[in-house]
Amino acid sequence: MTAQLIKDRTAIAGIGQTEFAKTLDRSEKRLALEAISAALDDAGVAPAEVDGLSSYTLETTEEFEIARNLGLGDITFFSQVGYGGGAGCGVVGQAAMAVASGQCRVAVAWRSRKRGSAASRPWSQVGERVGRHQQWTRPFGLLRPVDEIALLARRYFHEFGGTREQLASVAIAVRHHANRNPGAMMHEKTLTLDQYLEARWISEPLCLFDNCLESDGAGAVVVTTVERARDGARPPVVIHSFAQSIPQQHQVMTNYFDADPLRGPSWACASRLWANADVTPDDVDVAQLYDAFSPLVPLSLEGYGFCARGEGLAFCADGNLELDGRLPTNTSGGGMSEAYVHGFNLIVEAARQIRGESCSQVAGAEVSLVTSGEGVPTSALVLTKDRR
Amino acid sequence: MIDGMILPDVDDEEAAPFWSACAAGKLVVQACGTCGRRRMPPRTMCPWCRSFDVRWDPMSGRGHVWSVTIPHPPLLPAYSDQAPYNVVVVSLDDDPSIRLVGNVVAAAGAALNSIDPHTVEIGDAVEVVFSQVADDVWVPQWRIAGVS
Repeated sequence: MTAQLIKDRTAIAGIGQTEFAKTLDRSEKRLALEAISAALDDAGVAPAEVDGLSSYTLETTEEFEIARNLGLGDITFFSQVGYGGGAGCGVVGQAAMAVASGQCRVAVAWRSRKRGSAASRPWSQVGERVGRHQQWTRPFGLLRPVDEIALLARRYFHEFGGTREQLASVAIAVRHHANRNPGAMMHEKTLTLDQYLEARWISEPLCLFDNCLESDGAGAVVVTTVERARDGARPPVVIHSFAQSIPQQHQVMTNYFDADPLRGPSWACASRLWANADVTPDDVDVAQLYDAFSPLVPLSLEGYGFCARGEGLAFCADGNLELDGRLPTNTSGGGMSEAYVHGFNLIVEAARQIRGESCSQVAGAEVSLVTSGEGVPTSALVLTKDRR
Repeated sequence: MIDGMILPDVDDEEAAPFWSACAAGKLVVQACGTCGRRRMPPRTMCPWCRSFDVRWDPMSGRGHVWSVTIPHPPLLPAYSDQAPYNVVVVSLDDDPSIRLVGNVVAAAGAALNSIDPHTVEIGDAVEVVFSQVADDVWVPQWRIAGVS
């Protein structure tokens, strides 16, 4: 028996976010405070009740600044998770573990990001001489995350077959969702296959539309016990299962050196996630799969067990990510069409689906999966309705 | 030599012997000094037997392209000037479990765009060349095998 300590013990009691835009004229600190404030109000939780904080190592506002601005109570748990887009579900899951283990009672998890921030675009900040893992890739012009994922995409096409037309189905499906979401940055912009195929290259075989947006914005959730959440303003979104993973012999982003580079961190994360859950991939009604780049979606579908190895791309191309498909995915528009805030908007949307509040609501959704970045040390959550 | 390229830290404590071998025109791969298993990138400790002892195995320098991408701007200026260019992952013939990232170029020291990047395919046979990119830095690059 594993995971009985956290399974169904905690819940997301409130969600909050700012608007998303290419440029917002407020600081990352201000945006974080706005999102957390909104989440506390949504939960019906007073700031003084908050005693736990969980955030990304990329966050530029320290915990004490968050606490003394919002007027939080005595903080008895605080923690950060690394690896950028891989952190999101880990941040929420660590808050859940802290609540379940009694280290705090009401925790806030958040991410606030401005695209101009140095910490948000590490690839553009490298020095003239690089060490660590970067020395094996950067000197050769493999500079940006998109270049690093493009090498995996090309290899995927080679090993399993696959076409740009199939890959386009990811960008087009999430754009359809964004077209229903007035808060999505791409709400008013449609995307056709022809537009996709004619778009400029970024790193072949990936084009402009295979990339996430560049966004300013913030999101936050309030995590507390299921009991406390039941007394809140909104129905609890139960945290059913949580996992993180750094698979053996993994190298962050440039994972070309282990035995099977197309078997990414999602596989090890999924193994723990489903072992700790009472549900299986067949039970999942709706998914938010981290989509900084479109190839991460088929890779995640395979890792989390929605299709067999090498079949993820065909699964996307068969229309399964659409609202009437087998697994409606990134239903707010995701990182590629709603906003890119290191995947925190995916977590907010996953909770919204359980509350029945999505702009692309899956009827009767009871099991909602959300994942963080594939290709880096990662994390995932299974959220469910309160089955009391 | 092209100004503004990103250079490896040739004094890196784990990788310095690799870069000094490149400067001498030799391709080497780190192996465990105790159990002999090879690993790339190099590490301080052997993940299979936890030995700190290392040795550096000479490689023939022949390999095959495992994957390829073609970056387009926006890139750092020195790379934008050469874009589009190819970046490849090469699997070594002497030990296919060992892979290295590099570029297929026309010859040692040639620009990243010295060959049409769209001619590079997965499975192409390549051989190593060493390009000098700074007074004290040589990096392994690749040319199509059998082309002089």
